[in-house]
Amino acid sequence: MTPSAFSTFAALLKSRSGLVIGPDKTYLLETRLAPILKREKLNDLTALAERLTKPGADNLARDVVEAMTTNESFFFRDDKPFTHFRTQALPRLLANRPANAAIRIWSAAASSGQEAYSLAMILADAKAQLAGRTVEIIGTDIARDQLNRAREGLYTQFEVQRGLPVQMLVKHFRKEDSNWRLSDTIRSMVRFKEFNLLSDPRTLGRFDVVFCRNVLIYFDPPTKARVLDGIAAQMPADGALYLGGAETVLGITGRFAPLQGERGVYGLTPARAAA
Amino acid sequence: MTRTCLVVDDSRVVRKVARRILEAHGFAVAEAEDGQKALDACRLGLPDCVLLDWNMPVMDGITFLHHLRQEFGPEKPPVVFCTTENDLSHIELAIAAGAQEYIMKPFDDEILSGKLSQVGL
Repeated sequence: MTPSAFSTFAALLKSRSGLVIGPDKTYLLETRLAPILKREKLNDLTALAERLTKPGADNLARDVVEAMTTNESFFFRDDKPFTHFRTQALPRLLANRPANAAIRIWSAAASSGQEAYSLAMILADAKAQLAGRTVEIIGTDIARDQLNRAREGLYTQFEVQRGLPVQMLVKHFRKEDSNWRLSDTIRSMVRFKEFNLLSDPRTLGRFDVVFCRNVLIYFDPPTKARVLDGIAAQMPADGALYLGGAETVLGITGRFAPLQGERGVYGLTPARAAA
Repeated sequence: MTRTCLVVDDSRVVRKVARRILEAHGFAVAEAEDGQKALDACRLGLPDCVLLDWNMPVMDGITFLHHLRQEFGPEKPPVVFCTTENDLSHIELAIAAGAQEYIMKPFDDEILSGKLSQVGL
């Protein structure tokens, strides 16, 4: 691939999704974009980059962004954030809110839906605790094909064995040929929506809990700050933000601070919360 | 202290694959090729966990599990089924008999280590 072709991909990904790639990630372009090269009958990435610079390439550009931003997802990934949500954040929110107030949760890089559905399963199991309260879970992603997969709620045998306790499998899934389908009850608890994290989150409304895990690592610091500040502006004082294990707010924004003793869980800083 | 896992499977290949993964995660591994041999091994000393196939000669996995729970109580050692039986009825049967987790073959390092972590190991 020529340096100019690489620059075309890097600029496209940065402007459309915030994804920052360096020349060391050429292999990622090669592996992720190979299906597009085949489909478009193009010889190499340089030819694809040339095609992207021509008029009428908007759909192709979208496909390239989707292919590069699709991230793997699995149920109850890393376990601890979900345990914290179930045992700390949720009880606190239920105690703080009037009985008729809805609780809103955002899975901000929903991919194929496992994170949002993990939260839905926790809430389904906490039905008595919720006492009829409305809980909304919104799963967003930039990739439409992943969102369609998420809405289907159909997972392979491999996927349902990554992180999902067998008791949950038995309770919430049924087998369909060699795959496993989530129950209508769980699927109906989550609404999936196309959303670019670079866009204004005010269009999504306010959220008590935000899971934004393993996506900020791909952004440069100013983009991270922009996304985090956007989330902060949509969150009440007692809200909770969950980031991935390799992510932090430190040095990026002063609007969030780590919750004491909790790795990967953040609350609004007191100054911000009081504002 | 080193954790121990008893791998019960009539396939030498499966036992070898499981052993390799488990040893890489710091387990000491013992093997048995059927439920009866596994039960004999448990009577000599309980492992920290059991990885258990379903279909085996002499004594199958579910019969072994019934004996194990009857003799040693409902919880310990934790048992993770690891079998080609991948329908809901088998999974429900395994849980009812006292299995804590269930792996549908084929499996890899991520699935096996993840399931062991789910049973507290």
